[in-house]
Amino acid sequence: MAEVMRGAGGRGVTPLAWVRARLRNIAPFVTLIFLVVFFALASPSFVSVANFWNILTQISVTGIIAVGLTFVILCAEIDLSVAAIANAIGIIAAFFTLQDASVNIANIALPGWAAIVIALAAAVGLGLVNAIGITRVGIPSFIMTLAMLQIGAGICAMLVRGQIAYAVPDLALTLGSKSLGPVPWIVIVLAITLAVAHVVLTYTRFGRYVYMVGGNREAAEYSGVNVKLIISAVMVISAVCAGLAGMLGVAYFGSAQQNEFDTYLLDSISAVVVGGTSLFGGQGGIGNTIIGLFVLGVLNNGLDHVNIDSFLKILIRGLILLAALVINVYAQRMKATAIAAEG
Amino acid sequence: MSPLLQLRGVSKAFGGAIALREIDFTLGSGEIHGLVGENGAGKSTLMKIIAGVHTSYGGVMELDGRPVQFASPADALAAGIGMVHQELSAVRTLTIAENVFLGVQPLNRFGLVDWPAMISGARLLLDGLGIDVDPRASMGSISLGTQQLVELARVLFSGARIIILDEPTSALSPPETQRLFAVLRRLREEGRSLIFISHFLDDVLDICDRVTVFRNGGKVADADTAEIDKSWLIHQMIGHTHGELEESYTNALYLDSKPDAAVILHAEALSLDAAFHDVSFDVRAGEVLGIYGYLGSGQLDLARSLFGKQPLKRGRVSVDGRLVKLSSTAKARAAGLAFVPESRRSMLFAEEPVFKNMTISILQRIGRLLLHPTAERGIAQNHIASLHIRPPVTDRPLGALSGGNQQKVALARWLTHLPRVLMLSEPTRGMDVGAKEDVVHIVRGLKAQGIGILVVSTEPETVLSMADRILVMKKGRVVHEFAGEAISKDRLLAAA
Repeated sequence: MAEVMRGAGGRGVTPLAWVRARLRNIAPFVTLIFLVVFFALASPSFVSVANFWNILTQISVTGIIAVGLTFVILCAEIDLSVAAIANAIGIIAAFFTLQDASVNIANIALPGWAAIVIALAAAVGLGLVNAIGITRVGIPSFIMTLAMLQIGAGICAMLVRGQIAYAVPDLALTLGSKSLGPVPWIVIVLAITLAVAHVVLTYTRFGRYVYMVGGNREAAEYSGVNVKLIISAVMVISAVCAGLAGMLGVAYFGSAQQNEFDTYLLDSISAVVVGGTSLFGGQGGIGNTIIGLFVLGVLNNGLDHVNIDSFLKILIRGLILLAALVINVYAQRMKATAIAAEG
Repeated sequence: MSPLLQLRGVSKAFGGAIALREIDFTLGSGEIHGLVGENGAGKSTLMKIIAGVHTSYGGVMELDGRPVQFASPADALAAGIGMVHQELSAVRTLTIAENVFLGVQPLNRFGLVDWPAMISGARLLLDGLGIDVDPRASMGSISLGTQQLVELARVLFSGARIIILDEPTSALSPPETQRLFAVLRRLREEGRSLIFISHFLDDVLDICDRVTVFRNGGKVADADTAEIDKSWLIHQMIGHTHGELEESYTNALYLDSKPDAAVILHAEALSLDAAFHDVSFDVRAGEVLGIYGYLGSGQLDLARSLFGKQPLKRGRVSVDGRLVKLSSTAKARAAGLAFVPESRRSMLFAEEPVFKNMTISILQRIGRLLLHPTAERGIAQNHIASLHIRPPVTDRPLGALSGGNQQKVALARWLTHLPRVLMLSEPTRGMDVGAKEDVVHIVRGLKAQGIGILVVSTEPETVLSMADRILVMKKGRVVHEFAGEAISKDRLLAAA
């Protein structure tokens, strides 16, 4: 291993320095292994094939949202409207689907494909509003997307008026709640989304720009990169991922109603950050988000398998997130120190 | 005049580098004393010692004949020494009265801010300086010159007998300068002493009673301003220097301008708020146009605006005869312009490998959609070899390279596909002699390939070592052009 390190660094690097420079990637992975071993020992029912598919299914909606958020956080921005957009888009898809007579919503029944197209178009639209507010008006993304969170909640409220819709377009129903053999479709969609995002971030020019804008926005601008366009694009990508998650989510839950995605905001941000993508932008990626998703998924699922006060679970999740934030900030500092030491 | 402040044998070193050598300095009461010298000559270091910013130094400082040693700027202020900084430390969102009483607001018996007392107190102070402004107006709503006077009022209110003014006229128009000088003369009549640090030698000769000249950390001369003139000052500032590189700056240098070459960049009546006004010039093929001026003269802002970083308020720019709109850096790049800013930090991605730093601006030429890291590394290898970048590794994080090598990487970014005009801001700042020569060599090579080059700098050596034609900017305007003639550093400084 020492040979490899020497080859990569061009000169001898101590193992400690090697770990420091990669703390961002190592810490979440170690956390995941620790959690798996802990729950495996603590609960006989945790390790099983069925539970593995369970965990994957449970992280799918969060995961699809987290993919979009990864782009946003890599650009050193934030999107607090993802859960509200997911909720709104899920409801819009249901709103344009024929509902049972007992559902008292003044909805408009369209063919399934039309409902999906309208819903996705709405997601693009909401993402564009975010983009314009941030890049043209100059509102910080934190505040702009907070407003969008409220707007999304408003759209949900206006469309369902306190009612619950059950029917969703057939395609959404299949992808959200059916399986292909043993594999739930929603897991396949998550895997495809992650794969596409990874390819975009790692192998395309746009992906490189995302990292560069997040790494040093001013330098990206001085390189002639259209920073506003890149930030606009990531806000739209985030909204579309949220919208996709929303449509599959309402099928997965079996209903479309207000406030049903509320916990997904914190979960999806946690997944990205726990995975080690830098809050300051420019470092991390889909690989980190995958590990982060598993950490959260294993934690949530595992806590159900052990005998623990369900109210304590909330606190434990908060503490895990805090620990991840501390590691995230330290990882940034250590990497900077490691680079300086190398020169 | 009895000495109010006296320094004997004051020295200061930062690490191994000596910043001040055995300085003797005397300030009389009721005296305006000018300090001049080139960047890095030691003026600022000395002032920071007097104002209590630098607390460890060699030598003795005496105030009123008693030795003093300040522990902090607050300590110095308590002893009666205040400083008005070049970068104003005013809080623009607060009122003028609040700025005057910053940190020492009068309180009423309920422990709340006593606004009536603060406003009337501020009015009294400002009237005393002959400044007619409403103390209730916000600091941001008044001109920079007036803000400076308010700062002065603040320092006076805190009881300063000795006031250090760092480049007070660099941002002022001539009438504002005269207004400031009237205030300074009044303070002198009241018996206060002023230390006036400035690059503007005309201003120094106008307002100061005495002047001290610094060079390379040492005091080289002092004199009554009545007995000297500007050329004497310049001569003292430059002095006799050694070394071949230095020689070329002090001896006459012929500017080999090319008036017949095709115009690449044509700039017409460019203006941006307070930064620069009505600036027009051409950059020709195979020519290096240098723009020189003191810090705050507007040439650095001008270059940023030409690259679309801070869009122009007025004026027209054309490249190869085509009018271009420079509303963003992406548009400027598309128009064939390239820029290396003065701060490497704002140009480079320290955590990313060297090769990504070199190819960020040309990715669209390497592949339409996908990246081609092999091609990128190949391009980087070529630049590393031709620019002698050390260490010669493509994948190391850029932050691990030395400053000079980072600057070469910044330049390399624009060398794969040459732009029409390359703009360099302070291209050799903070470099050792070897790295500077490398950069000069690179620029000469680019010039030979027929592109236009614009070099903006606050360092005369930088402009003199590269330019074929030199514009001098002062307070946002072009005041002189040197072309097709012999030039030397003293002539350049005399024009600025």
